[in-house]
Amino acid sequence: MRHIISILLENEPGALSRVVGLFAQRGYNIETLTVAPTEDETLSRLTMTTDGDERKIEQITKHLNRLIEVVKLVDLSEGAHIERELMLIKVRAVGAQRAEIKRTADIFRGQVVDVSASVYTIQLTGTSDKLEAFIEAIGESCVLETVRTGVSGIARGEKVLSL
Amino acid sequence: MELISGGDMLVRALHESGVEYIYGYPGGSLLHVYDAVYRQSAVKHVLVRHEQAAAHMADGYARATGKAGVVMVTSGPGATNTITGIATAFTDSIPMVIITGQVMSHLIGDDAFQETDMLGVSRPIVKHSFSVTRPEDIPDIVAKAFYIANTGRPGPVVIDIPKDMTMPNERYEYVYPKKVKLRSYTPPQRGHSGQIKKAVELLLAAKRPVIYAGGGVIIDGSSDKLRALVDRLDFPCTNTLMGLGSYPGTGERSLGMLGMHGTYEANVAMHNADVILAVGARFDDRVTNATSKFCPDAKIIHIDIDPSSISKTITADVPIVGPVGAVLDEMTALLDEANEVPDAEAIASWWKQINEWRQRHGGRYEKNESQLMKPQEVIEAMWDATKGDAYVTSDVGQHQMFAAQYYKFDKPNRWINSGGLGTMGFGFPAAMGIKMNFPDEMVVCVTGEGSIQMNIQELSTCLQYGIPVKILCLNNGSLGMVRQWQDMNYEGRHSHSYMESLPDFVKLVEAYGHVGIRVKGRDELPQALEDTFGKYNDRLVFLDVAVDETEHVYPMQVPMGTMRDMWLSKTERT
Ligand SMILES: Cc1ncc(C[n+]2csc(CCOP(=O)(O)OP(=O)(O)O)c2C)c(N)n1
Ligand SMILES: [Mg+2]
Repeated sequence: MRHIISILLENEPGALSRVVGLFAQRGYNIETLTVAPTEDETLSRLTMTTDGDERKIEQITKHLNRLIEVVKLVDLSEGAHIERELMLIKVRAVGAQRAEIKRTADIFRGQVVDVSASVYTIQLTGTSDKLEAFIEAIGESCVLETVRTGVSGIARGEKVLSL
Repeated sequence: MELISGGDMLVRALHESGVEYIYGYPGGSLLHVYDAVYRQSAVKHVLVRHEQAAAHMADGYARATGKAGVVMVTSGPGATNTITGIATAFTDSIPMVIITGQVMSHLIGDDAFQETDMLGVSRPIVKHSFSVTRPEDIPDIVAKAFYIANTGRPGPVVIDIPKDMTMPNERYEYVYPKKVKLRSYTPPQRGHSGQIKKAVELLLAAKRPVIYAGGGVIIDGSSDKLRALVDRLDFPCTNTLMGLGSYPGTGERSLGMLGMHGTYEANVAMHNADVILAVGARFDDRVTNATSKFCPDAKIIHIDIDPSSISKTITADVPIVGPVGAVLDEMTALLDEANEVPDAEAIASWWKQINEWRQRHGGRYEKNESQLMKPQEVIEAMWDATKGDAYVTSDVGQHQMFAAQYYKFDKPNRWINSGGLGTMGFGFPAAMGIKMNFPDEMVVCVTGEGSIQMNIQELSTCLQYGIPVKILCLNNGSLGMVRQWQDMNYEGRHSHSYMESLPDFVKLVEAYGHVGIRVKGRDELPQALEDTFGKYNDRLVFLDVAVDETEHVYPMQVPMGTMRDMWLSKTERT
């Protein structure tokens, strides 16, 4: 099963490489990874998605917790949560296709953020599934380039990941 | 306010952290620090002949004393030479602080002379690492490094110091922190009471229990507590290779070592157990054999300070995360309160069964009719000569297993070996680190003619500092353990397991200024041992003992089998 692991990490040089190194070293897979500063400048927030059975995920979280720079960790997929990913996608858009692609983007609540004679650049936010569904809807053949941020997530309701 | 340089700060902070010895080797990036070492006398420095040996010396010191060992080496090759030593300590959870020089900050990333990304290279084999970016941080970083190395599940910590952090003319205020606190690191202080209660209930209901104790008991300094628990419950106790001595090897409730080369009774008892209490042990693959076939009837209680060790290879029924000592205390208190005791009848019949199993193999081996000794008898003779009270280090191979099997350790911290990484070349420097700190104790390195050559240059260090360790080389003229596997799995094709062109070890150690004694046959051994611990007591003695090269280590678990599937001799299988 796919898990979203969210981490508060000391904002120190080398901290990220320990997290990434751990995955490589123990043969765990990282599907997506995002890191950015938080409102507390001493902390970074890191979100990663990974795949594995219960046992593997348990080992991953235990090993992550063992890293000195990992301050807090939560597996968001264990509870209700919100998950978002942002995609910038360049698609070939010529002739009748232009209207069709625009319409599809509207359905997915995407925005065309850049336009040229034969290319639309569309920005789309949502769950990873939604982004994939969009690509499928417009047809892979007209996709020129995709850039995705990877998943960020946050728990629903009162729960907060903080010190 | 006194202002001092980064180099002086480092040495002073080491002293304030309780450091007695630094094991190290100088070089360009550390010259300011070495000058600071020169100008003081509180911390002593031991100059090794190869940086790998510095790491093993610090490691041996740490294993025997329980305190972090300290290594100091220059950047580049000095730093990389310690890697095997750091990995050895990491795998066995040994506290160590390694200070590595680094090129000037402004040169980092430029492929400068002797620049290596030591933090990168060592990352997978350290508990943590620091890079110094401001000289005034040095005392704080040193204090943190020791705190991290020594607490929780101990391990090595690297501090990488660019040369410009130690400039003699740049001075700063020295502030050593009164207390170290890290918000992201809080090792557990006690186990979960509910879990401990469950564990005690299981123990009280057990009919075929085994206590399986590992190196974590020794690291936590909780051997006394383990002994008390084993004895009050009257349960059998088996030790891992790392746990030998945590329960007395000559004790009547000891089943000896378990696992690949464990005793028949330990492995069979484990296989048939209904409750296993694992204490500070990690179900290593050298213990469990095939995990899918591991101890089919057993409920497993697992005490470990590191959550990631629990249910990693074998799922625990009752996991308890906490320091061994605190958890055993709480268990003992619950047993005191309980008005129940284990089922005496069941335990008695379990012991009867175990005692029958003890007869099956009983550590037997066949002696030669000729003078050529079996390695086992040499270890037994050494046990007699030292009354079982020596610190024994070992290298890796058959000699290591024979030492583990035939030298019965009654005290913890006396058996010092690279259990997890299996590092040839570990034993001799480790023995040196121990002897320097326990000059009145007997310290013996059991080694092979293969392993000893991996750090033999330290004979020179021993002369310089007068370190009279005893080296017992079980010389079978081959890489015996490799050869054994080749005999068993490759129809005796001894691919590169010979040690042709061996040196004359007696002449070699004499050249280094020590005593060498060659023992060719059985009749010569008693005198040689007597001289080693008698008239040459204050000299380094190298005993080069010829042993039978055809001998194999048994029992030996059959790969991919259960715990109880074993070869008991070259021809007998369970
Ligand atoms: C540094 C290192 N290299 C290789 C090995 C693999 N190895 C394990 S035991 C062994 C043979 C050791 O020979 P020796 O020291 O003579 O001991 P013996 O088995 O003969 O008692 C080897 C090569 C190892 N454990 N460590
Ligand atoms: Mg040998």
